[in-house]
Amino acid sequence: MMDIQTVGVIGAGVMGSSLAQTLAQTGHDVILIDHQDEVLKAVKDNFIKNVRLQMMFSREPSKEDPQDVLDRIMFSTDPSDLSGARYVVENVTEKWDIKETIFKALDEICNKDCIFASDTSAIPIQKLAMLTSRPDKVIGLHFMNPVTLKPAVEMIKSPLTSQETIEVSQTLLRQMKKEWIMVNDSPGFVSNRVLMLTINEAIFLVQENVASPKDIDRVFKSCFSYKMGPLETGDLIGLDTILLSLEVLYDHLKSPKFEPCPLLKEMVAKGDLGRKSGKGFFTYPA
Amino acid sequence: MSDVKSKIRQFLTKYIEHNNFNDDDHLFEKGYVSSLLAMEMVVFVEAEFSIQVGNEDLNLDNFKSVDAIAGLIIKKTDN
Repeated sequence: MMDIQTVGVIGAGVMGSSLAQTLAQTGHDVILIDHQDEVLKAVKDNFIKNVRLQMMFSREPSKEDPQDVLDRIMFSTDPSDLSGARYVVENVTEKWDIKETIFKALDEICNKDCIFASDTSAIPIQKLAMLTSRPDKVIGLHFMNPVTLKPAVEMIKSPLTSQETIEVSQTLLRQMKKEWIMVNDSPGFVSNRVLMLTINEAIFLVQENVASPKDIDRVFKSCFSYKMGPLETGDLIGLDTILLSLEVLYDHLKSPKFEPCPLLKEMVAKGDLGRKSGKGFFTYPA
Repeated sequence: MSDVKSKIRQFLTKYIEHNNFNDDDHLFEKGYVSSLLAMEMVVFVEAEFSIQVGNEDLNLDNFKSVDAIAGLIIKKTDN
């Protein structure tokens, strides 16, 4: 299987920027696209700091200058820069309208052999694949946050995904030094079908004053040996993303168990989005 | 040395609610702070003590306790 050298990443939010960093640190040339210049600028400004953070956790510390890693990334607001990419990973906001526009545009822009991977939290991959003229070349790669530190990826094949697309995706993940767990297509896959319910239920516990956020998380950490509790995990993912993912699950599965907790909606409306905004269930000093 | 440690403790109290931790307590293992805070510690050490933490010192062990951070600062200042 041929190596993949240039990878396009669409969306430079929490996941897209961390994915671009991981790709660049494993020697890939990256084209990072976001429609907002200021988002790209923020990624660039924090990049060196984030590469150094990753080095602290690495068992094999890199001798590479963080600036050289940064130089492997091309920042752009123009999706047509992806015309030469062989592999593109989509990380845009978890809203159907936005994903629809992006997939249709990518299908026009990219070479017919280019594979599209979606880092969606919950949208079925087949639904995204059907937006394109190449449904066999669409796959789900659900990276975990922060991508630089998490060893494994949930890989989702739709009934239309070809064996070649799976193999090329596995080659890319091998190059990124990631393991994968292959699952079949379903809203929320394995990870978020369970995790979103858990986080939502933990938020109901806060709302009903059953325990404080700190104590809810302590039950998971101290009793179950989890590294993080559900509320800290929600803060890390971003409460806006949690809400959008629950809405996607609810829309697809029509089960009241996925109805977002009113407190979650209230916090998102107030702008308390978790770690990225400095406040969620816990506070994060700037 | 005590001045260095008191500056470090002052920085950490922004993140740790209580102040009854020991200089040799493992801050990450005891769960006082998330290891994701390590980079904020690097930025603080570089700015406060005017030193450069090189790739070779970017190791969680150097930031695991007040004693470890102070040790790194003294080593870098002596060089």
